[in-house]
Amino acid sequence: MPAVLRRLKRLGARGSHFGIVALFTVFAAFPFFWMVVTTFKRTPDLMNTKNNPFLFNQPPTLEHLRVLFFDTLYGRWLWNTAFVGVLVVAITLLLAVPAAYSLARLTGRGGEQLGIGIFLTYLVPPTILFIPLARVVSNLGLKDSLWSLILVYPSFTVPFCTWLLMGFFKAIPRDLEEAAMIDGYSRFGAFVKVVIPLSIAGILTVVIFSLTLVMQEFVYGMTFISFASQYTVSVGVPTFLVRGDVYFWGSLMAACFIASVPIAILYNFFVDRFIAGFTVGAVKG
Amino acid sequence: MTQKAMTTVETGTQVARAKTGRLTAILDSEIWLGRLMIAPAILYIVLLIGFPFLLALYYSLSDITIGSRTMSFVGLKQFKAVIQTPLFQQSLKNTLIFTFISQALVLVLGKVLALALLKNFRGKWLVRLLILLPWVAPISLGTIGWLWMLDSIYSVFNWILRAVGIFGPTTWPIWLGVPHLAMGSVIAVHVWRQLPLATVILLGGLSSIPHDLHDAAAVDGAGFWRHLFQITIPLVLPIMIVAVLFGMVFTFTDMIVIFVLTRGGPYDTTQVLASLAFFTGIMGGDLAEGAAISLFLFPVLVAAAFVFLRIARRAEVT
Repeated sequence: MPAVLRRLKRLGARGSHFGIVALFTVFAAFPFFWMVVTTFKRTPDLMNTKNNPFLFNQPPTLEHLRVLFFDTLYGRWLWNTAFVGVLVVAITLLLAVPAAYSLARLTGRGGEQLGIGIFLTYLVPPTILFIPLARVVSNLGLKDSLWSLILVYPSFTVPFCTWLLMGFFKAIPRDLEEAAMIDGYSRFGAFVKVVIPLSIAGILTVVIFSLTLVMQEFVYGMTFISFASQYTVSVGVPTFLVRGDVYFWGSLMAACFIASVPIAILYNFFVDRFIAGFTVGAVKG
Repeated sequence: MTQKAMTTVETGTQVARAKTGRLTAILDSEIWLGRLMIAPAILYIVLLIGFPFLLALYYSLSDITIGSRTMSFVGLKQFKAVIQTPLFQQSLKNTLIFTFISQALVLVLGKVLALALLKNFRGKWLVRLLILLPWVAPISLGTIGWLWMLDSIYSVFNWILRAVGIFGPTTWPIWLGVPHLAMGSVIAVHVWRQLPLATVILLGGLSSIPHDLHDAAAVDGAGFWRHLFQITIPLVLPIMIVAVLFGMVFTFTDMIVIFVLTRGGPYDTTQVLASLAFFTGIMGGDLAEGAAISLFLFPVLVAAAFVFLRIARRAEVT
């Protein structure tokens, strides 16, 4: 009898574990699943409350995708986002890589404090800075220009990326650089020729992380830019496609899904390193 | 003539040699190289975070509007005026409700989910990918997905609840149009968005607990709850604090979910400080008042930074 009971108990535990995981997965992923379903449904099908929304009551259609790419500025917004993203990543690397190395190796004990100080500026949110920055941007003549975003976005990528890279550089054994310096490299030369090639994984993490932050940014984009053709995708879709009383749900959902999922899959490969940066070595426990 | 040319060339190379000498000296001196390499980042941060922050402080003490060319110093007048408006008080209250309820939910649910994900099972990588989606996808776009699912007529939730029989044929809840429902919806979407981050942070903490400890506890006959409260939670406490800290900061200063779902409505029952600052400062053009409102976000950041520093220091000592 006890053997049967134990087996029952184990089955129950497994069942409840499965149930919990399944419930959370559905909660997290359902909106994206729903975006896909909506994308391929005909509008009359979507707009009939008698229909079972989980079924295709009329044959699927690509009409919403056609509208999205040919009758709206969606393609342009994707391009704008990529343009801003690439330049912001470049600026971030140029500023954060040397700074992080300096904090990890060259500034000694004070470097740690300075590093934490830089990291804390990451906590100053756009919702405090956007009002003065709106004025600064318009005084610089950058209002309604993508360059305003390229100028401002590194303010939230640089602090975190510097912090993240600092951890990476610290993990590289000092001996390697010293050996390179004995071979005749300068300190800086050792950094370029030895440390950077060894930190490609860290640099890649920073690239992905910066790209996701650029894609997500909303407050600055909405504040600085009011020309529809200059929006990034995260601002263009909610402000320009959702306007007036007519919602083109099919196209909207397609727009959201296409811009969300590829970057999420990419990000998934780097998430562990990213979390290690967040938890400041509190993990050491 | 040729001689003169020769000497200029010579002095030229000498200067060049001296220059490279100084350059290599800098490149080899740790202190100078260190300063040189960190200077651009510091300069950028000072110009684009430090300076605007001071500007926000300055604006909040002035009467600047979006079109004005002059501004005069009015002291704490903006703050005094803002605090007294019912709209501000309501927004402050909403911000606190929004933050505390959503963070409490995120913490509890994140803990449950992290414990569930600690086990190995088939397809775990796919589950993890799906669970991370809400955090990684641009939040404004994910929220539009919810806008559609919470639509007043075509909401899929209404359909499901009606199909299951919980709703009668005449029940049509307007998720985003009734005060309490709207706040509930906004909180739910925010929990959806923040759960992945908290879960992954907590998971990192949980998997760093040495196995011996769990085994020892099992040998001593500790049950699930006892195990949870006397071993697991105390050991991941620093990490839990970090998760809560970031969650609090991101939630307290966030306006995206609310902007997309309700624009602060109905009747400002979901208006929070960040969205109020946006509507006042940018849409309404009153930069001074907007800046004053947004600065009420700052004390929370200071508190968060303080706790964060303490944890960082403790992690360093051990």
